[in-house]
Amino acid sequence: MLAYIIQRIIRVIPQLLLISILAFIIIQLPPGDIVTRQIERLQASGVTVSEAQAQALIRQYGMDRPMYQRYLLWISNIITKFDFGYSYTFEKPVAQVIMERMGYTFAIALFAHIFTWTVAIPIGIYVAVKQYSIMDYIVTLVTFIGLAVPAFFLAMIIMYVALTKFGIRTGGLFSQEYMVLPWSWGKFVDLLKHMWLPIILLGTGGVAGTIRTMRAMMLDELRKQYVTVARAKGLSEFNVIVRYPTRLAINPILSSVMWLLPWLFSGGIILEIVLNLQTAGPALYAALRNQDMYMAGAYILITGALTAISAILSDVLLALSDPRIRFGGVEGA
Amino acid sequence: MSKKTLQKKQLGRKTRRQIPEGQEEEFYRAGQWQLVWWKFRRHKLAQIAMVVLGILYFIAIFAEFVSPHDPLHRFKDYLSFPPTAIHIRDAEGRFHTPFVYGMKMGRDPNTFRPIYEENSSIIYPIGLFVRGDPYKLWGLIPSDVHLFGVGGGDEAMPLFLMGTDTIGRDVLSRIFYGARISLSVGLIGVAISFVLGLLLGGISGFFGGVVDEIIQRVIEVITTLPTIPLFMALAAALPREWPQLRIYFATTLILSILGWTGLARTVRGRLLSMREEDFVLAARLDGESEAAIIARYMIPGFLSYIIVSLTGSLPGMILGETSLSFLGIGLNPPTISWGVMLQDAQDIMNVAHYPWILWPVPVVVLAVLMFNFLGDGLRDAADPYVS
Amino acid sequence: MSDHVLAEIKNLHTYFYLAEGVVRAVDGVDLTIKAGRTLGIVGESGCGKSITALSLMQLVPSPGKIKEGEITYYQTIHKTESASTSNVIEITKLKPNSRAMRAIRGNQISMVFQEPMAAMLPVRTVGAQIMEAIMLHQQVNKAEARERAIDILARAKLPNADRIVDTYPFQLSGGMRQRAVIAMALSCNPNLLIADEPTTALDVTTEAQILDLMRELQQQYNMAIMYITHNLGVIAEMAQEVAVMYMGKIVEQTDVASIFRNPLHPYTQALLRSIPQLDDVMARAGQKKRLETIRGMVPDPYSVLPGCSFHPRCPQFMEGVCNEVEPAVIEVEPGHIVRCHLYASRTTKARAN
Repeated sequence: MLAYIIQRIIRVIPQLLLISILAFIIIQLPPGDIVTRQIERLQASGVTVSEAQAQALIRQYGMDRPMYQRYLLWISNIITKFDFGYSYTFEKPVAQVIMERMGYTFAIALFAHIFTWTVAIPIGIYVAVKQYSIMDYIVTLVTFIGLAVPAFFLAMIIMYVALTKFGIRTGGLFSQEYMVLPWSWGKFVDLLKHMWLPIILLGTGGVAGTIRTMRAMMLDELRKQYVTVARAKGLSEFNVIVRYPTRLAINPILSSVMWLLPWLFSGGIILEIVLNLQTAGPALYAALRNQDMYMAGAYILITGALTAISAILSDVLLALSDPRIRFGGVEGA
Repeated sequence: MSKKTLQKKQLGRKTRRQIPEGQEEEFYRAGQWQLVWWKFRRHKLAQIAMVVLGILYFIAIFAEFVSPHDPLHRFKDYLSFPPTAIHIRDAEGRFHTPFVYGMKMGRDPNTFRPIYEENSSIIYPIGLFVRGDPYKLWGLIPSDVHLFGVGGGDEAMPLFLMGTDTIGRDVLSRIFYGARISLSVGLIGVAISFVLGLLLGGISGFFGGVVDEIIQRVIEVITTLPTIPLFMALAAALPREWPQLRIYFATTLILSILGWTGLARTVRGRLLSMREEDFVLAARLDGESEAAIIARYMIPGFLSYIIVSLTGSLPGMILGETSLSFLGIGLNPPTISWGVMLQDAQDIMNVAHYPWILWPVPVVVLAVLMFNFLGDGLRDAADPYVS
Repeated sequence: MSDHVLAEIKNLHTYFYLAEGVVRAVDGVDLTIKAGRTLGIVGESGCGKSITALSLMQLVPSPGKIKEGEITYYQTIHKTESASTSNVIEITKLKPNSRAMRAIRGNQISMVFQEPMAAMLPVRTVGAQIMEAIMLHQQVNKAEARERAIDILARAKLPNADRIVDTYPFQLSGGMRQRAVIAMALSCNPNLLIADEPTTALDVTTEAQILDLMRELQQQYNMAIMYITHNLGVIAEMAQEVAVMYMGKIVEQTDVASIFRNPLHPYTQALLRSIPQLDDVMARAGQKKRLETIRGMVPDPYSVLPGCSFHPRCPQFMEGVCNEVEPAVIEVEPGHIVRCHLYASRTTKARAN
């Protein structure tokens, strides 16, 4: 098991390297170099940039050095100082912009996931057990439609209905009056009032897919002989389902909890933009509209790295939940 | 009895009932594609999907003709005009062919939003093949005949089945023209994916070894990257001064970045497993060249999987284009696509007052749903020997 | 050893309702299972033998349904050492998932399946899966259940039973796993054990060991066994009574000696001829004579053949009789019944006498 983990970690290192190179390339993509564009921007906003300042900027970004040295400078700043570069859209270091928003992002993503599971797993089990029933057909149809409707479409429609039918202006995480106030009980309650909608919408986005996965896994397991054996022992149907096939079918879904990490950053980015949340996604959007590429580079690097790491973590978790892999059994490993 | 013939027998048992009496002989002699087609025909939803998609693509191809108006024509007297009501009975209770009443625009004295009043004294019948905005079909054939609309020249009340946007352009015509971009983005993206996936997957599966290892690592990394942020970053990096056409191609290229990886994996996996198959060994023993084996034995063997894989990546591309354009970092006006049309809906107040600007939403959902159904049907039909 | 009737199946019909048609998996079966004895059921795959067994426990998978017939189970309740009363349970009248039905499953009647590899959930220990049945049917706590599980594993001749109880199924070999599965089936001292091809997936040596074990345990527990197999050799070793099934019907039934000495139904005869005999093989050495097979295939399960369902493959087919009239059950000798037109005259003679 330990050897397996170490092997996975060794494999992930070149992967991370490649991700960082791709992220760096993306930063360099827009025509013209970053320093020139930033100087233009400063001058456009009325700030005069002296030759000395310009030189300082050029040195800071390593523009006087070849590309590979600039890459090394960028990546070593990230590793040693957690410095992902500077976002001129927010006039703050990129790392700070992301960190400031991490709390809301995390809370919303976590609750959205919980929502997804509480809704999808029981439904998935139910329709698998009642395969070919009317409920099964209805749920299958709904999940089909659910997969075709992106969450932000749903958000627009719900916002429209909320506004026209109930006069509620949704969107944002705070009401106008609390936006600038320091934390208080009232502000917290206000936050909760605003959070339920994005949580449900983000969570709903995952429901269709999770139902389908759960249903497919359960159908696979329900055919296995151990299910009949369990019935032949005299267990009630409920116990047969819960103790036997579900136990195997649910593992991959539960171990996918680790995917929450990258999902924090990119799970519902468009929805977050539509809902105007103070989470990390919309910050990326705002930066990208100005071709503020350091933000994008940081985003892709962080999400890519988290995805790679989550893959290991979720496999380890899956292995821990499955003795066949834990004890290095012959099958399934 | 080999596994294949056994499976064929089993399928035969199930399918036989759908085959007319006396044609069973034909069933056993049917080729692979015939079997795929028979199996596909059992999938009702996929058949419906094929018809609907056929209609959508027909509209996209003949957008100039089927649209009642020029999508860029601004009807200054009909800003944010709600979908026109169609009547078949006039104020006196007499029946007509479908017609519309004339409308007069006024302004709400408080909000200054346009309001419209029906003038039931004038009737404008809806007709087929009516004259309207002049156009050039595919930029070549000049005409001014539209499939349907209200005839009678500039004086007549124009027909807006889905209303107009804030600057008075016909939403329906824009959806028809938008289909051209939104539906072709997927096809071109799929074509690019197809070439890349077949090439790289083929190289990977055929040569194996170090080349395979490198290609697999790269695929692994690409699939690790977050889709939407990556699309957004790449789209945002496109130079602003590029012409629309180039932006369009660049966008499809971006969308196909992810599509090819899945296909490359499918192709590689199939090649690897097929290399071990007896019929490939038999061909090799017959002295066929490796190239001939790939072209004549292996590719036909998994062509159906490739088609399934490609159909599966189409909806993602359509949604990708819609999302990026909606956010204003993909295509932008004057290009017309469903995503671009939805830019107007970014302001929720706009949606609240003029909900018909959300029409592209059901259209996108319909297209994606139909592709999903089609993909599902094809996936089932792809392996005709498994029942 | 008591010889009383433990279970009775009368006119059982279990049909599967599929989109493609109705499969008459079990189509009018009568069987009697006697306490402490072994009834062998033999037939090709798909003849309905497993479905008969599953019907007995009301475990027919959907879309299958017991269409008609009666299954009666005579439960013996030991009040004291000597006195006991009998309790008659109409299994077919119970709802498949009712408490009463579940009290029979695993407790009165239990089952061992073909695939030892698939019979246990891989992610729970062998012990946990055995203890589950014990705790379900007997009022014992966890520690006692564990003791009993170890005891029964030891009786199934698993070495180090106290260690095996904590292993996972995939850590055991095929033979050991089937022993564990048998132990699980016997954990509540059932009166009837249904064994559905329990040795088919095992190699020959292991098969012999498992058969020995089952016979030994049958002695110890004085239970009846319903042994399902396609292998007549195993039947010869295990069973006292044999029923031969073909397409959902019992075509011949008698004691094990008669079936080998005096097979009546052409299908039984064909089955017997398809077993390689050592002396035959020796005699044929040098000659190029092939082992006999039954010609033709088992017909399409959706079809309903007129007359005798074996007629398209029967070497003694009689045109106008076998393909038109459904043969009746004929008791040729006492305790030897057959369903075949060839013996129609024999009964009339027997009756005339």
